Amino acid sequence: MLDLFRKDTFRHGVHPPEMKDDTAPLAIRQFPFAPVLIVPLSQHLGKPAKPVVREDQEVVRGQTIAVPDGFMSVAMHAPASGSVRRITLAPGIMGTKVESIYIEPYPASTQDIDDGEPCSLDATPDEIITAIQNAGIVGLGGAAFPTHVKLKPPEGKHLDTLFINGVECEPYLTTDYRVMLEQTEDVFTGIRYLLRATGTSKVIIAIEANKADAAQKFRDTCPDDLPVEVRVSPVKYPQGAEKMIFSSLIDREVPSGGLPADIGVICCNVATTAEIGRLLPRGRGIQERVITIGGPGVRKKGNYRIPIGTPVRFALEQCDPVDDISRVFMGGPMMGPTVSNLDIPITKGTSGITAFTTAETGGSTGHKRVYPCIGCARCVEACPMFLNPSQLGILAKNEEYEQMAESWHLMDCFECGACTYVCPSHIPLVQYFRMAKKMVRKLSAA
Amino acid sequence: MARLSKHLEIGSSPHVTDGASTDVIMRNVFLALLPVTAFAVYAFGTGAALVIIVATASCVLTEHWLCRWTGEPSTVGDWSIAITGLLYGLTLPPDLPLWMVFVGGVFGVGVGKFLFGGLGMNAFNPALVGRAFLQAAFPQPMTHWSLPFAEGRFEQIPSSVIALPFWEPSYDAVTAATPLALMKFEAEFAGGRELMAGLTSGSVGETCGVLILLGGIYLVARNMMNWRIPASIFATVAAVTWAFQLYDPATYPGPLFMLFSGGLMLGAVFMATDMVASPITNAGCWLYGVLIGVLVVVIRFWGGMPEGVMYAILLANAVSPHIDNLIQPRVFGTGGGTG
Repeated sequence: MLDLFRKDTFRHGVHPPEMKDDTAPLAIRQFPFAPVLIVPLSQHLGKPAKPVVREDQEVVRGQTIAVPDGFMSVAMHAPASGSVRRITLAPGIMGTKVESIYIEPYPASTQDIDDGEPCSLDATPDEIITAIQNAGIVGLGGAAFPTHVKLKPPEGKHLDTLFINGVECEPYLTTDYRVMLEQTEDVFTGIRYLLRATGTSKVIIAIEANKADAAQKFRDTCPDDLPVEVRVSPVKYPQGAEKMIFSSLIDREVPSGGLPADIGVICCNVATTAEIGRLLPRGRGIQERVITIGGPGVRKKGNYRIPIGTPVRFALEQCDPVDDISRVFMGGPMMGPTVSNLDIPITKGTSGITAFTTAETGGSTGHKRVYPCIGCARCVEACPMFLNPSQLGILAKNEEYEQMAESWHLMDCFECGACTYVCPSHIPLVQYFRMAKKMVRKLSAA
Repeated sequence: MARLSKHLEIGSSPHVTDGASTDVIMRNVFLALLPVTAFAVYAFGTGAALVIIVATASCVLTEHWLCRWTGEPSTVGDWSIAITGLLYGLTLPPDLPLWMVFVGGVFGVGVGKFLFGGLGMNAFNPALVGRAFLQAAFPQPMTHWSLPFAEGRFEQIPSSVIALPFWEPSYDAVTAATPLALMKFEAEFAGGRELMAGLTSGSVGETCGVLILLGGIYLVARNMMNWRIPASIFATVAAVTWAFQLYDPATYPGPLFMLFSGGLMLGAVFMATDMVASPITNAGCWLYGVLIGVLVVVIRFWGGMPEGVMYAILLANAVSPHIDNLIQPRVFGTGGGTG
């Protein structure tokens, strides 16, 4: 279109303070084992995995403890050597209980990992896809969508471009940044597996301008035979949403209700790609992941390689929480769900733990007064999906859920929270929309 | 290792906001109006000061009383009613009897805002509803204009201002014709410089175009006003006027005269931009501005009254929800993109 004015970014969006300076320079460190690790069988979208261990059984770090139940499911691996205490319901982040395996690590449990059957780069695409499923790999950016499912496009769709998402637009989070700097080689290996599995011929690594050194590292170290292009977008939230990346960099819009495959692309988080490159050659599975523990509520901020199943309480206590800690959430402050129970475990989809103090949240009296919508249109200017959050908010208040979905494209909302971020009347718009979407799904299922 | 035994609070994401607040926006609009207000008092003296004070007080008190009466918490603290009151005062003639000012304020807030459901629900700009009511009820006092910068304007209170309710007000000041009346009935066009500097007669706060524009620029710079509305009004009025002036320069004034005479500046910058009563999309705002611009020219040139900004804005307010129905942003992924 107007190539002269292309700025490699999407329209609308917001600019929350980045807050990455505290943890960005800190190298990834190994996190200790908690006294008990809780591995939920459903850490991904889709069917829960089937446990293949029994209570009181001894497991070795890296051993498969649950296998996929069908295609929309992935395997689970023991995060530590120890014994299986119980297989029972445990609380999850959304307040529901999830079937989980409790593992008590041996006091002398080491970081050694039991390797499995390696998957070579010469394997067929189907073999790679199965290996990814058996390695338990899901989108590590937060959505936890099983990666292997994405790699198999629907019949008749041709994929031409593979996107590697290193945007990390959430404030406070620096895990993808550290992974890009420290596991550059793994990312390139992962890209080789993904190219082979998907048959794409072109790779675009998407990075935001505040991580220019990571982009430079990719450019400097990229092997000559890899068709990789590194693209840097201006800093803007939610630049890291895959729909925004496609729109920013190649000016293609995923159709409403459609999939990236509909426009011939696929997007994979950079940490996920690095894990594919790190795990597949050794035949390992995901038993740990990199997370950022940060925010003003903890003193020992950092980027940690933490065992899956570590309870949030243990993770926070290791990081020296301040007395004034008042709110803890998984991921960043824009989309991160609040932790209402500190005994929930860190799962594959957890990209960080951010802790706020009363200075940020205002404490129990900090609830800002909600004014009526004054039609200022800031939300309309912020919404990356070009919805009308003002109108949707009014309808949500009147419980007109069906009208929201039918006439106002409610289901296109991906809950980035930009509307609530800018609303001067402090209307909890995205909260309304989350609830409305649930109601619409319920109504259409009934 | 610190034990974590504190009760944590829960809340829904996003956990951060950009700090904008409706009452802060409203306070800033109020602030942007203060230079205009100061100039009005300087130009028209004690009469204007009293009109502005009573106008603001009547609106604020009406809202407060109505909230108390219905058992709701008072919404005076959000400052929106203070803007309404001040704007309402600024649109009135400087020697209007105070009791009329008060009645108009009560009507504007009661009918124009409260009956619709308060802040955020009003279809029309309440300040203009109050003014329109006065225009219909008291046409003569509403078109009685005193000279600006009159001698002794700070020493005495004009007798008409303190007229008793329902008594015929007696005017002691020299009557002046507004530039628009001169244009309409005498085909005399005031000079642009005189209009911009506010040396002509007119409503209390509408005369000094430069100060109004400065207030608008301040709000636009702070992202508290949609500049597209005044811009499209100015552009439309200028373009249409220019076309007519080309056609017949003896009957029709030039664009500069039209832009800086009467209530156009005040209306375009502070009234038409009422967020509640204007469309929500930018495209809608352009259309809304064009509509106001055309209506202003039509009423001024061919209507029965010399001034048409108030009715133009009120009519456009009425159309605004329909503009919102007609013009909505194209939702991402629903065509239009090259994908």
